[in-house]
Amino acid sequence: MLLEVSGLHAAYGATRVIHGIGFAMEEKSITALLGANGAGKTTTLRALCGMVKTEGEIRFRGERIDGRSTEDIARLGIAHVPDGRGTFLNLTTEENLRLGAYTRKDRAAVEADLERVFGYFPQLRERRAQQAGTLSGGEQQMLAVSRALMLAPKLMLLDEPSFGLAPLLVRELFGILRAINERERVGMLLVEQNAAMALDLADRAYLIETGRVVLAGSSSEIKSNDAVRRSYLGY
Amino acid sequence: MDAFLHQVLAGLATGGIYASLALALVMIYQATHLVNFAQGEMAMFTTYIAWSLINAGMPYWPAFLLTVGIAFIFGILIERIVIRPVENAPVLVVVVVFIGLLVILNSVAGWIYTYTIKSFPSPFPAEPLFGIRYMSAHQLGAIGVTLAVLAALYVFFRFTPVGLAMRAAAQNPVSSRLVGIRVGWMLALGWGLAAAVGAVAGIMIAPIVYLDPNMMSGILLYAFAAALLGGIDSPGGAVLGGFAVGVLENVLGAFVIGNELKLSVALVLIIGVLLVKPSGFFGKLHVTRV
Repeated sequence: MLLEVSGLHAAYGATRVIHGIGFAMEEKSITALLGANGAGKTTTLRALCGMVKTEGEIRFRGERIDGRSTEDIARLGIAHVPDGRGTFLNLTTEENLRLGAYTRKDRAAVEADLERVFGYFPQLRERRAQQAGTLSGGEQQMLAVSRALMLAPKLMLLDEPSFGLAPLLVRELFGILRAINERERVGMLLVEQNAAMALDLADRAYLIETGRVVLAGSSSEIKSNDAVRRSYLGY
Repeated sequence: MDAFLHQVLAGLATGGIYASLALALVMIYQATHLVNFAQGEMAMFTTYIAWSLINAGMPYWPAFLLTVGIAFIFGILIERIVIRPVENAPVLVVVVVFIGLLVILNSVAGWIYTYTIKSFPSPFPAEPLFGIRYMSAHQLGAIGVTLAVLAALYVFFRFTPVGLAMRAAAQNPVSSRLVGIRVGWMLALGWGLAAAVGAVAGIMIAPIVYLDPNMMSGILLYAFAAALLGGIDSPGGAVLGGFAVGVLENVLGAFVIGNELKLSVALVLIIGVLLVKPSGFFGKLHVTRV
């Protein structure tokens, strides 16, 4: 198993946000966490990275990672594409990408990965020397995905990659995410409000409501669930 | 004309010192968004260490390098032991910690070394270098050393992975952690570098102002003025500001207001910049799309 989560609780100060979430992911699979605003999806991703205080058990490839520092978790091969994209605004596009590979020692492979990332997102090559804060929202989202990819991760956590992007761009981005998943053999945990797009991409999905998993299953099962269809897919 | 040129060049020499110290202030400001009021006393204290080493018979340059190394570790220890516990404290608490550090370092230096003014050797010859008669060898040498330090820092921050990680950690700690950068250590490293740069400044200015526990108080004020003039978040601006303040202070002191009122140049500059252009002349305008 790539990731096993059980009995996960998380809180911001005294405010409990997640109440005993559990799920599991196979290696190289894509899993979607669906749910409305405030359901606790972003907090779940933050909990996995040690960015909020948690209780419960998180295992990454069999090893317990709950309670570890964010830096250490990243070094294990979990790359987080955060809410708000997390761009280093005053650095150049290339510097942003090189920071993604900061913990890697294999210099030659990093250079090759830089070229590979530019292969997925040719626009970034054109913007290579540009201050990242001046990139468009879509470009910054591509940069965030690319920065995560530069870590050579085993697992990518993607927080609302469709946020603020035009529908056409969302489709393009999700196509690239699928290609990345297939070619780089990296697992993806996807948090999305755009349930239709997420279910098309993911193998499995979990529906989260007020900090609890209320429905779990393969994407096709979830898609055909009447309640999900009415509330999240809108038809 | 000769006298004027002499004053300008002498101003460049002290300006280099102000530039170094201003840069140290900017480095810590960028990481913590606070001005380290103890920067001058840290430099003073390490200059005393250099004095002790030289007096114990160590040749000048080994003592110089060893002192810079000690200052680096000293800076890291100060961050780890004194600053870290108040990392998330309100601004006022941290400012009080800085002032406490200033007073402690000043008093400990006075206690160990007494308040008697000591002379400090220069590594440069007494006769002018390269036959330049407008500047003493020490002034020219100090400019050379300062420029070498500034160039080394530029290369470090611009072209090395650790330098890049330090810049990243200062501007976006959350994203930095997500790519595996140990942000806490980057801040400590920043303090170490700032202390090391301060040590060089202290050792270079000591032959000019002589060594005593209060030697840096005036110099720190000029460095504040320099950092503000250039923009407190702009390393390049702080360096240019340092040279500008050095020249301005020297020329105004010699020809306009007299040496006794020189320090007021710094105060007028600080107030003037804050009133007219708080971001300084090179404080970068960061373009952000929202």
